[in-house]
Amino acid sequence: MEENELTQPGPGRPDDIRAVPVRRPGRWIAAAIVLICSASVLRFIVTDPAIKWHIVGRYMFDSRILHGVIATLYLSVAAMALGIVLGVITAIMRLSPNPILKSFSWLYVFFFRGTPLLVQITFWYAITALFPNNIISIGIPFGPALFHPDANAIITVFVAALLGLGVNEGAYYAEIVRSGIISVPEGQSEAAASLGMGRIKIMRLIVLPQAMRVILPPTGNEFISMLKNSSLASTIAFAELYFEGSSIYSVNYDTIQLLIVESIWYLAMTSVLYVGQYYLERKFGQGFSRSQRATLRERWFSMGARTR
Amino acid sequence: MSDVMVSAEGVHKRFGQNEVLKGITLTVNRGEVMCLLGPSGSGKSTFLRCINHLEQINAGRLSVDGELVGYREANGKLYELHERDVARKRQQIGMVFQQFNLFPHMTAIENVMLAPVQVLGRRRDESRQRACQLLDRVGLADKYDAYPVALSGGQQQRVAIARALAMDPKLMLFDEPTSALDPELVGDVLDVMRDLARSGMTMVVVTHEIGFAREVADTVVFMDGGVVVEAGPPAEVLGAPKHERTRSFLSKVL
Repeated sequence: MEENELTQPGPGRPDDIRAVPVRRPGRWIAAAIVLICSASVLRFIVTDPAIKWHIVGRYMFDSRILHGVIATLYLSVAAMALGIVLGVITAIMRLSPNPILKSFSWLYVFFFRGTPLLVQITFWYAITALFPNNIISIGIPFGPALFHPDANAIITVFVAALLGLGVNEGAYYAEIVRSGIISVPEGQSEAAASLGMGRIKIMRLIVLPQAMRVILPPTGNEFISMLKNSSLASTIAFAELYFEGSSIYSVNYDTIQLLIVESIWYLAMTSVLYVGQYYLERKFGQGFSRSQRATLRERWFSMGARTR
Repeated sequence: MSDVMVSAEGVHKRFGQNEVLKGITLTVNRGEVMCLLGPSGSGKSTFLRCINHLEQINAGRLSVDGELVGYREANGKLYELHERDVARKRQQIGMVFQQFNLFPHMTAIENVMLAPVQVLGRRRDESRQRACQLLDRVGLADKYDAYPVALSGGQQQRVAIARALAMDPKLMLFDEPTSALDPELVGDVLDVMRDLARSGMTMVVVTHEIGFAREVADTVVFMDGGVVVEAGPPAEVLGAPKHERTRSFLSKVL
């Protein structure tokens, strides 16, 4: 209402300014260069007979590739879940007043962030060699063993890949969670404490929900990295997407075509994550901005409008 | 039941080498409103925070409603209280902060309902009803579902008061409740506090609002440099201060 009153040309009100915009030839030249380059690359990709798009199409929904997609998905989701659980526990340990817990979590982060992921995955795969006769003893530490399972039965390639990716992710994720927790002002915990809440309730009801706002964007990042890093599990012969693709091209030598197939699938999987991340961020951003009930599509177009 | 709600004897508090409270002795009776005045750094906020154990005292005795704050005494020895017991005692002491400290991820009514449901285990519908009454009482009947970000400072502080009252405290602590507010919003918050005082609530208020202290307080305490300089009815401390330090402070803020 106010806006209408302001924009209505009244007797004493001058007309809105309609000035000639500044000419910016540099923008036009830059846009032209980018367009020409992309057009020529696109022409090469589409028309070059060596790429053989029909082969890409043929393998896109090959049962081995689909199997690989599913394996990549469940390995990534499981490893991410393990990483998140380990990360949250480690971050809370790091912030605890107990010096032993604090040092332990520091050491965990130091070790698993500081060594290559590929080394870690191979290490978990080879770990069975550490147990005499491949027998693991599970029981009371320094006391009697209660179970004697076969190491080879427990450490399958899936378990080795899961541990390698998940434990490594936990080390990175701990730092993300920690930064989220310390971003919540201390007054929040004090207000909750003065209402009679204990430490666990304060963490669960007050601190973590607010920390989520800081934690979520890097979580999306980590999930995307996880999807792609899961291809390292191919080195220990876990049959995920990259492994399945390369075992096909090692026979028929359609290397480029199968790599394109894999890339398209990886892109498809990460695209789904973008949408999920947007809605999660919106949920946990509630109460932090005055206007925020826009859907993904509305935001995309309003963003364009604002920059224009 | 004794008439004493808060009793402090020689309370000391250090932060590292810096002694902030150097022996505070005072008594707040049930139903009394006490205002703590003094320059910044005089230790008044620290003393307030000691009362619900947000800060741990280093020496002296501090008790609320006849029980020591943060400790248990047996056979002439002090035992630190378990966190659980500290939390249980805090349930009965409401606190209002300078920076409001509303939970930003919850609406006004969720802020008020949270502790009764989560801490006292009350039923949600019952707590919601009570939260509505409290928000009505502080003049926010139309703001139940607003997030704190959409409220003015004065409105946020009134939600914070309602949130503290939802726990049915026997004592309310106010830590400079109007210092972060625009001048024209101060009045609404003071009105709510005045009502609360009239209803017989025991209140300890750290404030710079001399007018409020004069009108509402039963006792005014002037603190400086970690000690109580003088204490008494507002007419005495504000009207005819005995100490030079009090006079010079009052001449600056009035």
